[in-house]
Amino acid sequence: MSVDNHRDPEALLRQIEAAERAERRGQLKIFLGYASGVGKSFKLFDEGRRRRERGEDVVIAAMQPDSDPAVAEAIRGVPIVPTKSLRGVPVIDVAAVIARRPQVCLVDGLAYDNPDGSQRRKRYEDVEALLEAGIAVMTSINLEYITEQQEFAKHVLGRTKTETVPQAFLDRADEVVVVDAPAEADTGIEEQQLSQLRQRALLLVADVVDRQLESYLRANGIQSAWGTQERILVCMTPRANAAKMLASGRRNAERFHGELFAIYVTQQHLTAEDRMALERNVTLARAQHAHIETLEGRDPVRTILDYAHAHGITQIFVGHNLRRSWRTRLGGTPLDRLIRDAEGIDVRVFPQ
Amino acid sequence: MTDAEQRRGRLKVFLGYAAGVGKTYQMLTEARDLQKRGVDVVIGYFEPHGRHETIARAEGLETVPRQMVEYRGGRFEEMDTDAILRRHPEVAVVDEFPHTNVPGSPRLKRWEDVHVLLDAGIDVLTTMNVQHLESLNDQIWQSAGVRVRETIPDWVLKQADEVVMVDLTPRALLNRLARGVVYPPERARQALDNFFKESTLVALRELAMRQAAYAVESRLPGDDEPLPSAGAAGAGGDGAARERLLLIITPDPSSAALIRRGRRVADYLRADCLAIYVTKSADFADLTAERRDNLERHLNFARGLRIESRVLEGRDVAETIVGFARMHGITQIFVTRERPSALRSWFASAFVQRIVHLARDMQVTVVADRSARRSRPAA
Repeated sequence: MSVDNHRDPEALLRQIEAAERAERRGQLKIFLGYASGVGKSFKLFDEGRRRRERGEDVVIAAMQPDSDPAVAEAIRGVPIVPTKSLRGVPVIDVAAVIARRPQVCLVDGLAYDNPDGSQRRKRYEDVEALLEAGIAVMTSINLEYITEQQEFAKHVLGRTKTETVPQAFLDRADEVVVVDAPAEADTGIEEQQLSQLRQRALLLVADVVDRQLESYLRANGIQSAWGTQERILVCMTPRANAAKMLASGRRNAERFHGELFAIYVTQQHLTAEDRMALERNVTLARAQHAHIETLEGRDPVRTILDYAHAHGITQIFVGHNLRRSWRTRLGGTPLDRLIRDAEGIDVRVFPQ
Repeated sequence: MTDAEQRRGRLKVFLGYAAGVGKTYQMLTEARDLQKRGVDVVIGYFEPHGRHETIARAEGLETVPRQMVEYRGGRFEEMDTDAILRRHPEVAVVDEFPHTNVPGSPRLKRWEDVHVLLDAGIDVLTTMNVQHLESLNDQIWQSAGVRVRETIPDWVLKQADEVVMVDLTPRALLNRLARGVVYPPERARQALDNFFKESTLVALRELAMRQAAYAVESRLPGDDEPLPSAGAAGAGGDGAARERLLLIITPDPSSAALIRRGRRVADYLRADCLAIYVTKSADFADLTAERRDNLERHLNFARGLRIESRVLEGRDVAETIVGFARMHGITQIFVTRERPSALRSWFASAFVQRIVHLARDMQVTVVADRSARRSRPAA
C-alpha cells in the first residue's frame, strides 16, 4: 500500500497500524442467543459503541431489517458500510470493508445465504474473508441457525432452517458470549420451549469454553483434571457387570451433561470365554456412545489412573471383582490401590 | 392482609462468575425497565464498588437506607430488612445474595433476609457468583484454586424462580480490570495476580454456564419425576424407582467434601439423600472433644443442606451402616478416605474395603479428597 497521505501523521500512523493488522488474522467474537428478541443485536452494537468510545475504529457491515429503538440509539454515529443488494438480498460489501480497513466490523445476523452469483455462498464465508484481511469481526447468531442444532430445533420448535452456520465456525471463534437475557419482544415461542432453547444454548457455549480451556491447558502443559465438567470412566474387565456400569455411566453423564469413557486394560492369558465377554462389553460401550479405548500397561491401576488424569476424569466406575481380576501385589488389592491413588477422582464400586 | 402478602414473592438471580462481569448492572437495568412499566421498585441493598456505569444505573431508583449494626466498637452497614418490609414495594433489588451479615444483625445471612422479603410477598432481584454455591466449593478449589468462604446452600438457589447467566468473556473482563473499571489500580493489580488469571476465569465461566443450564432444566415440567434406576435405564416403565444415597459422616474434615459432593450428585440424579454417623457408644466417649465438635458441625452442615441426618449406635460400624442401608433401600453409599497420615490412611482404606465387601448388592462411592490440588493453573 502506498503512503499517499504523508502530510498527516495521524493518517500515516493509522495506515501503518492497518498494514500491521492485515498481517495477522482478525479476532472473531460471536454473540449467541437462544431465540430472537433476547437482545443479541443490542449487546453486539452496545459493545461496538463502547469500543468506539474508547477510540477503536468500528464500522457496521450488516444490520437486521427491523431493529428496536435501543439498537438505533446504540448505533448512532457508527459509520456504516452499506450492504449490496443482490436480487433483493443484502450482501456484505467485503471489498468495501477491506478498503475501509476498520479495526472492528459489526455483522448483525451471521446466518445468511448469499444469492447465486455472489463471490461467496455464505455470509460466514464473507466474515472469514474479513478475518483473513486482519479485521476483527463481532457478529450474532441464534441457536436455531446452527447446522448441528437442526434436529433439536425440529424437536422443540417443529421447524428447521436452511440458512445455517456450522458449529465448527463457532468453535474457531476467539470469544463466544451467551446472551441469556429473558425474551423481551414477543418471540412467538411457548415458555417451556424457550427454556429448552436456553438450556441448550448455555450448554453449547459451555462446551465451546471447555474445548478452549482444554487446548489452553494442553498448550501450557497442564493436565486437564479440572472438574469443570463431569467425565465418567468405566473400567471394563471380562467379568465385570459392564452392562450395568455403562448404563449407569451413560445416565450419569447425561444428567450432568458430561462425557462417558470406557477403557479396557489388556491382560495376558485370557480364556476364549473371557475374550468373548470382553467383546460383548465393547459392543455395549459403543451402544452407550462412550469414548472407547484399549490400553496396555504392566500395571493396570497405574494405567487407568494415568488415563483418568490425562482426560480430566471426575468419576471412575469399577466392578467389585477388580479385587480379584489382577493378581494381588504388595500394597493391597488393585481396588485398594485404585481407591488410595485416585487423587481428586471419585471411585464408584459396582456389585457383581 | 393484602393480596400481595398472601403470595410468596418471586426470586430472580443474576448469576456470574467474577466481580465485574456486569451482574449488578444488568439487575439495575431490569429494575429500571420494571419501574418504567409502572412497577413499584426499590433498592434494598446495592454495593456500588465505585463503578460509574453501575452507579448511573441506580439513579432514579428509590433506595431504602441501610441500618447501622454495632459490633466490637465498630459500626457496620447492613440491609434494613424491616424498613423494606414497612415500605413494602412490589420488587426489591438486593445485591450480593451470599453476603454474611455482621454479628449482631437480626439474621446471619443475607439470603435469610431475602427469604423474609419473599415470605412477605415482595419480589426480589439479586446477584451472585457461581463459586459461592455450597456444593461446588471443593470443585471450585480443585479447578480454579479458589476457596470461597461465603457460601449459599444449593436449595436456596434451587428455589429461585429464575436464574439468568450474566456473561462476559474473560478477555473482556481482564480488559475492564486493566482499564480500572472494576477495582482501583492497586486492588486491580492484586486481583490480576490472584484470582483473575485467565485460566481460572475460563473454568469458573464454564461452571456458571453449566449451573445456569441446570437451573433452567430443573424448572422444566416433569423434573420432579424420578428417573429410572440404573438397572432399568433405557427400559423405562416399572423399574422407575428413585435412587437413594447414603452419606457416611465422620468427625474427619474430609466429611465436608463428602456432604457437598453427595448433595450435588443427589440433586443431579434427583435422588433422595440421607446421612448417618455410627457411634460405638451412646455418649460419644470414644471421641475427643475436638472430634465431637467436628462431628456436630458436619451433622449441622448436612442438615443445613437439607440432608436428613441421624446418629446410630452400633458395635461394628461397617455392619451397622450396611444394615441400615439395606433396611432403607439405599442404592449408593458415599464414603471418604480420611485425610492421609500413613497409619490413618491404612485404617481408612481397611474401613472402606470392609464397606465395599459387605455392601456387595449396592454401589459404594469413595469420594475424592478434592482439597489437595494436583495441578495448579499456570500463572
